Amino acid sequence: MKPTVRTFILFGLVALLIVGTGILQGWDLALVILNMGLVSAIMSLGVNLQWGIAGLFNVGVMGFVALGGLAVVLTSVAPVPDAWSAGGLRAIGALVLGAAVMTATVLAWKRTRNKWLVIAILIVGFVLYRMVRDPAVDAIEAVDPAGTGFLGGLGLPVVFSWFVGGLLAAGAAWIIGKTALGLRSDYLAIATLGISEIIIAILKNEEWLSRGVKNVNGLPRPVPREIDLQTDPGFIEKAASFGLDPVSASTLYVKISYGLMFAAVLIVLLVLAQLALNSPWGRMMRAIRDNEVSARAMGKDVTFRHLQVFVLGSAICGIAGAMMTTLDGLLIPTSYQPLRYTFLIWVMVIVGGSGNNLGAVLGGFLIWFLWVQVEVLGPSFMTALTQPLPDGSFLKEHLRDSVQHMRLLTMGVILLVVLRFSPRGLLPER
Amino acid sequence: MDFLNAIVALSNFVLVPAIAYGSQLALGALGVTLIYGILRFSNFAHGDTMAFGTMSVILVTWWFQSMGISLGPLPTALLAIPFGIAATAALVLITDRTVYRFYRAQKAKPVVFVIVSIGVMFIYNGLTRFVLGADDQFFADGERFIINAREFKESTGLAEGLAIKTTQGITVVTAIIVVALLFWFLNKTRTGKSMRAYSDNEDLALLSGINPERVVQVTWLIVAALITVAGVLYGLDKSYKPFTYFQLLLPIFASAIVGGLGSPLGAIAGGFVIAFSEVAVTYAWKKVLGYALPEALAPDSLLQLMATEYKFAVSFVILVVVLLFKPTGLFKGKSV
Repeated sequence: MKPTVRTFILFGLVALLIVGTGILQGWDLALVILNMGLVSAIMSLGVNLQWGIAGLFNVGVMGFVALGGLAVVLTSVAPVPDAWSAGGLRAIGALVLGAAVMTATVLAWKRTRNKWLVIAILIVGFVLYRMVRDPAVDAIEAVDPAGTGFLGGLGLPVVFSWFVGGLLAAGAAWIIGKTALGLRSDYLAIATLGISEIIIAILKNEEWLSRGVKNVNGLPRPVPREIDLQTDPGFIEKAASFGLDPVSASTLYVKISYGLMFAAVLIVLLVLAQLALNSPWGRMMRAIRDNEVSARAMGKDVTFRHLQVFVLGSAICGIAGAMMTTLDGLLIPTSYQPLRYTFLIWVMVIVGGSGNNLGAVLGGFLIWFLWVQVEVLGPSFMTALTQPLPDGSFLKEHLRDSVQHMRLLTMGVILLVVLRFSPRGLLPER
Repeated sequence: MDFLNAIVALSNFVLVPAIAYGSQLALGALGVTLIYGILRFSNFAHGDTMAFGTMSVILVTWWFQSMGISLGPLPTALLAIPFGIAATAALVLITDRTVYRFYRAQKAKPVVFVIVSIGVMFIYNGLTRFVLGADDQFFADGERFIINAREFKESTGLAEGLAIKTTQGITVVTAIIVVALLFWFLNKTRTGKSMRAYSDNEDLALLSGINPERVVQVTWLIVAALITVAGVLYGLDKSYKPFTYFQLLLPIFASAIVGGLGSPLGAIAGGFVIAFSEVAVTYAWKKVLGYALPEALAPDSLLQLMATEYKFAVSFVILVVVLLFKPTGLFKGKSV
């Protein structure tokens, strides 16, 4: 089968799955799957850029996704003036001071190679940083802790936060890349795993920045609220002309609007990724991936290219993270789990076909579809499976109760089966 | 100024917990290092293997408890450990047979193994949650303390109490026994020697007639034992939760890498380096320094360098510093 035919058939299959969900299980669920599928596809596009094209083993995807979520809060939430006057500038000053200390440390090490000097700078810098930061943070967190207790954001339109999410993730990736990219592949994996846990810890802990475990609810939305639509006479009339009641029409309208916006972002990123892949740059990246030594011998700056692609891929994950938080309308730092936001994305890339952008997108949709459907269909499947067991038996109850853990098992089996029988994925790299 | 109290407070809040935690990490890191040495990949499913082993032990412990079997002052779980090891060994051997062996035969690149182990991680994780759920489980029983804080205060007349939990004592004793057994096995027995030979130079080992499949199987058996013991000790000392075990992956890997991947001695040293740094950085030093310093210098703030949530940062920073400045770890490890 020609690759293009295969691509069409598989994408058609995914479309069919989603449409089938719409017909059999309701359009609401189908749109939920579609919207998060779009976001997942973008994430796996980012990972594919790093792993599939450049061979960088990044298992810190969760961290960049979470930074995207933070960007939504920092950009779109209305500022809290009391908190700003209580210690906003001081807190920003502390951050600048912290950055200055780190820069000074790095510079001192590069210039002098004197470890005692470096340690001294670090200790003095840390004490100074805490002296500036702690009172500011206490003051900010004391401002109406139940309602705000954080600085808030800039109050800009929420769509703008998608760019900010990308920038934030790119900045973090640059710092990480500068320190960790020289490491061997599995060391890099452990390092990025650590970084992502640290980012989540920051989100949970720095209440002045992200409200921490108190979560940020009611983020601004780029589309109208369902409630507003339901009371809008023009909308009710339009809905009636389609034969829909206002409530379901409004939820469909909102979900479709999100879907269109996300699809636009995905298409733009996909086109860019395809152009990059087929450009001289893409060929160079693949050459570096396949044989680093000879690429270096040809005069390619491998370290710089790795850094470049690491930053780009992470930025894409950051954009996707911001989109996801926009869709959710709230930021819950405790909800970021590595299995879901790092390793599931990896399953998407591997199953879809690493090195192939379309494959990554396909994997994003397909795996996300399965992830949701195992949860939705799992219980009835389990009910059927446990039918012969006597009612009220412990095993039957237990199996039916723990069905939600089936999805992890399923994902593992899918990954292993694909790796074994089709190691290059559903849509292999050409 | 009160040095005795300072020392007691330091032992109570820093030394004792760090020694116990360090032993648990060391056992975990030994497993990682053995897999790296023999099978030559970083096993991402390690944390979840640990969760599986602990889960099996918990189930058997509950069964024993329901039958009224107990060890008196010691936790019943100790009695159940062999059963847990057997279950874990069966699991990893089946996994090796059905999953890893295929890639070994193909001589796949280490990174392929790592990705495969991610798939295995998903399966183990799902399996563990499927059987015992994702919630906290407590399974410690028997005597709670070896030394009780209140009795310690009464008998010594100090203001600070020293408490040593039974689980902490058991952790250290068990870890010493297990490590001694492991080193005896690696250094004295024929199979152990062939394992080290295989780890040092695969081709040479094959030439001298060492059966690689057998070496791999024995490795998995040892890893199953180490990881189950480590998991049970951690679970007794703190509590059992699948997600926490997954997160232990980072400090365990950091320990193994800091010590030098492939070096058993390094894994132990690394475990203690990570544990002590983690506890020291996240502990609020106000109390200890309040005793140790003259009154005029006594601190007002908590003197906690970092909030407890940032413990991952400690593992990470140590890891990166070691990798940047001493890439093969403290004890010369290997790099594939």
